[in-house]
Amino acid sequence: MTETSYRIQGATGEWEVVIGLEVHAQVTSNAKLFSGAATAFGAEPNTQVSLVDAAMPGMLPVPNRECIRQAVRTGMAIEAQINKWSRFDRKNYFYADLPQGYQISQLYHPIVGEGALEIDADEKAGIPAPKTIGIERIHVEQDAGKLMHDQHPTMSYVDLNRSGVALMEIVSRPDMRSPAEAGAYLAKLRQILRYVGSCDGNMDQGSMRADVNVSVRKPGEEFGTRTETKNVNSVRFVMAVVESEARRQVDLIEDGGRVVQETRLYDPDKNVTRSMRSKEDAHDYRYFPDPDLLPLELDDAFLEECRASLPELPDAKRARYVNGLGVSAYNAAVLTADVETARWFEALLGEGVDGKQAANWVMSELFGALNRLGKDIAESPVSPEQAAGLLKLVADGTISGTIAKQVFEIMLETGGEAAAIVEEKGLKQTSDTGAIEAVIAEVLAKNPGQLEQYRGGKEALFGFFVGQTMKATQGKANPGVVNELLKKALAG
Amino acid sequence: MTELTNLTIAQIRDGFRAGDFSARDVAEGFNANVAAAKLLNAFIVETPDHALAAADAADKDRAAGTLKPLSGVPIGMKDLFATKGVQTTAASHILEGFVPEYESSVSQKLWDAGAGMLGKLNMDQFAMGSSNETSYFGNVISPWRRGGGDNAPLTPGGSSGGSAAAIAAHLCPGATGTDTGGSIRQPASFAGIAGIKPTYGRCSRWGIVAFASSLDQAGPMARDVQDCAILLENMAGFDPKDSTSLNMPVPQWEAGLSADLKGKRIGIPKEYRVDGMPAEIDALWEQGIAWLKDAGAEIVSVSLPHTKYALPAYYIVAPAEASSNLARYDGVRYGLRDLPDGAGLQDMYAATRAAGFGAEVKRRIMIGTYVLSAGFYDAYYTQAQKVRTLIARDFDAAWESCDLLLTPTAPSAAFALGEKSDDPLAMYLNDVFTVPTSLAGLPAMSVPGGLDAGGLPLGLQIIGKAFDEQGVLNAGLAIEQRAGFAARAEKWW
Amino acid sequence: MSVDHATVRKIASLARIAASDAEVEAMVPELNNILGFVEQLGEVDTSSVEPMTAVIPNTQRLRDDVVNADPLTGGGVQSKVLANAPAREHGFFGVPKVIE
Repeated sequence: MTETSYRIQGATGEWEVVIGLEVHAQVTSNAKLFSGAATAFGAEPNTQVSLVDAAMPGMLPVPNRECIRQAVRTGMAIEAQINKWSRFDRKNYFYADLPQGYQISQLYHPIVGEGALEIDADEKAGIPAPKTIGIERIHVEQDAGKLMHDQHPTMSYVDLNRSGVALMEIVSRPDMRSPAEAGAYLAKLRQILRYVGSCDGNMDQGSMRADVNVSVRKPGEEFGTRTETKNVNSVRFVMAVVESEARRQVDLIEDGGRVVQETRLYDPDKNVTRSMRSKEDAHDYRYFPDPDLLPLELDDAFLEECRASLPELPDAKRARYVNGLGVSAYNAAVLTADVETARWFEALLGEGVDGKQAANWVMSELFGALNRLGKDIAESPVSPEQAAGLLKLVADGTISGTIAKQVFEIMLETGGEAAAIVEEKGLKQTSDTGAIEAVIAEVLAKNPGQLEQYRGGKEALFGFFVGQTMKATQGKANPGVVNELLKKALAG
Repeated sequence: MTELTNLTIAQIRDGFRAGDFSARDVAEGFNANVAAAKLLNAFIVETPDHALAAADAADKDRAAGTLKPLSGVPIGMKDLFATKGVQTTAASHILEGFVPEYESSVSQKLWDAGAGMLGKLNMDQFAMGSSNETSYFGNVISPWRRGGGDNAPLTPGGSSGGSAAAIAAHLCPGATGTDTGGSIRQPASFAGIAGIKPTYGRCSRWGIVAFASSLDQAGPMARDVQDCAILLENMAGFDPKDSTSLNMPVPQWEAGLSADLKGKRIGIPKEYRVDGMPAEIDALWEQGIAWLKDAGAEIVSVSLPHTKYALPAYYIVAPAEASSNLARYDGVRYGLRDLPDGAGLQDMYAATRAAGFGAEVKRRIMIGTYVLSAGFYDAYYTQAQKVRTLIARDFDAAWESCDLLLTPTAPSAAFALGEKSDDPLAMYLNDVFTVPTSLAGLPAMSVPGGLDAGGLPLGLQIIGKAFDEQGVLNAGLAIEQRAGFAARAEKWW
Repeated sequence: MSVDHATVRKIASLARIAASDAEVEAMVPELNNILGFVEQLGEVDTSSVEPMTAVIPNTQRLRDDVVNADPLTGGGVQSKVLANAPAREHGFFGVPKVIE
């Protein structure tokens, strides 16, 4: 069984859900797609608006190279066809958040064509095997402004700060068949965008949002009529939308109703979708090529730069960690899940530490500490360089693992360097056989009963003696040396 | 000093430089003419102070020896150009009271070159019209009248009708115009002046209220060819703010003027001999051919087989683009807002646009909306853009055998106001000779050739290859020198 | 193709132009007249012709990703943006309340 077995139980039998996502991702750029106004989040109303964005009479668009570049790089990351010839079209409709009366978008000739991404197997979530989700296209378009409805009794307020910010619309094929697959797709897409650096993926700030197309059918039958739930802004909500919308459609059909192709909104508080009746009036967008803009033609040098500047992508990185560094599959997955973690870990590897040791340390020590401190990896008080200093002291036997934990705690608190802390606190591991022999002698003298038992054949007590010896040396004794000398001493 | 207002731009510039008169004298003279010509209704806003300030600056610059190309020259500005701090309406109610916080690139260039502004010139609303009867601010009356005591008010042509009338009446020595389907050339022809639409992309569209983006192009209108060259040099130039702007140096067109056409081949397109064209226009065309021969050119017959499809293609493409370009006039950010009691947002849009747009503008928005709507897009818009390709190819083919084309500018002389305003289609036919070049983006100009039997001016059109404004201007100059057009509307206003 | 009263009504609605029944009625023959004229384009065989994309052969320039590089097309001009607004409050444009 390599396909999901997700089914909705209806009165008339089992139903299958069919899902496609249109993801709007804000392109990371300093300035807007067609004007020089800034894109930063959270500014005072209408302060990041140019005369172009406010659609003053006679204003004209000129595209931002960086936005085009990021869309192309994103296309390359999903191994999509890059269209060297594309154009911008106008999508005409009237709304207060759309100053021009049209959105500049790409309908007929998008910049990126057919591509795909692979979601990972996740048995627990009901994804028995990796699955390829087709991506139909990526096009570049303008974001709209924002309306605020609750500031005035009779007026809505219009803020155009977002108006004209570049978006990529990433349109999937209707290839997903369960809420988990939809969630995994969105998470994977977000991961790739963050790796590429074409979108920050901040879903809570609206940098990434999904229109969720859902239809239901009896398995094996033709596609049903779909609804589109707009602006869903988290992986969890996308999954919830699929679940509740599929359920609603099944119930509707089984009650003798018919699904209407319409736009819906998700209400996270009630976990239901509802029809957006206000926007239903006959959508006829009258797309046509924007006559203010010329065809966009990309030359080989531009494409070459886009390709050359692509980072190693998460799947490749994960495979390299497992196959090249001997990191466990689980650790590799966690370390590559987010670009910030991967970036930190790469920096650590760049210091020349052992991959497997580093992975284990990050997974247990670093993540544990950050968790306790409530910090992101990007805010880690200990830098990758400092961490490497610590790991090297362990690797070359200067300190033991136990001492390393203590040193790390001090580093977290003081921001100090591992070597300096070890030096200052006298934590260096000792391999001085004379000193260790003296301690062992003391330990044996203090524990005559255990010694007798051991010598009587209870060899499991070896660990007890190691522990006592380490304790007596405050962990500073080289465990290898301790083992060797203990064996000799115990043998009598 | 009223005689100063009879001077051309070149004469004003040179006389001012030579110290024959001050820039202030010139500005005051034209200000006085403008103030005395209310009957023509050529201006929507008069800006005498702007003209005087520029003149005073020019006088100072002359004293300091820092003269600019247009120092001392006041001009009129079509109300389609956004002018900072001066109401800009495109002759519409929907933009009444709109005062831009910015200056159009073309007008900025002119001010930077030292020119002053006498006022904002009346025009057809949003440049949609060929008779200046669609302005919210009333018709412009041509200074010309038919002979024989016929005092019927005539159209100055359109859409740059205010520009044409003001120049013909010596209210300004030159003005800006814009040409989407003939809006510089047809009024120039009707008013007995010269006007050139340069190659699409020569003049920046930034800050010009858009009508049809792929066709709109600014250009100068003036009394003669040399003045057109002078103004165009100071209007054209690459503008990074306009994606369709041509990144090419601006030639020195004035210095390049030459009426010697030896080695030039002039094509005569046979398809421009349309049914019902008045005999005197045909005669003028023949006369034009003779003049160009006399200037040394070789005359060849050429064919532009898709000419008859130019107007239909234009009346799909231009309204389609306009329907979208004019969507921004919605009562939210500037201009008129009509908010009936209890109206919601969409009701406000519909009420504002119903009240703010004139009948012709609405008609074109409706046509444009229809031809782009679902199910009709390919049949109308795509087909029109394909025909446009064929029209451009016709010209390319013609250039195999000639360097320039000579045609009449318009199929008639100026008609009376009201004569065609009830029949939109009859009005559209005015542009039959000018629209093909607009669709192909080519440079073309109208120069006065003579008068019809009623004593009204008739123009000849010269069309050139892309970027060959010089060739167009030179052929225009050759005609101008031979036509010796000196007729002037007798002052009645 | 010709338009009837209902179609003209629909176009007026799409174009957001309020019109009385009498106005719509008057527009029906006007628009049909114009549409009849432009439909002669249907005669032209364009089967092997590409629609025009650029009037004068030219390709799209791209600008650098610099904020406010040209003050004329940059932000930070709230007062200019709002200067002509029919209704403005607290830095916002005001429109009749929209119920979503």
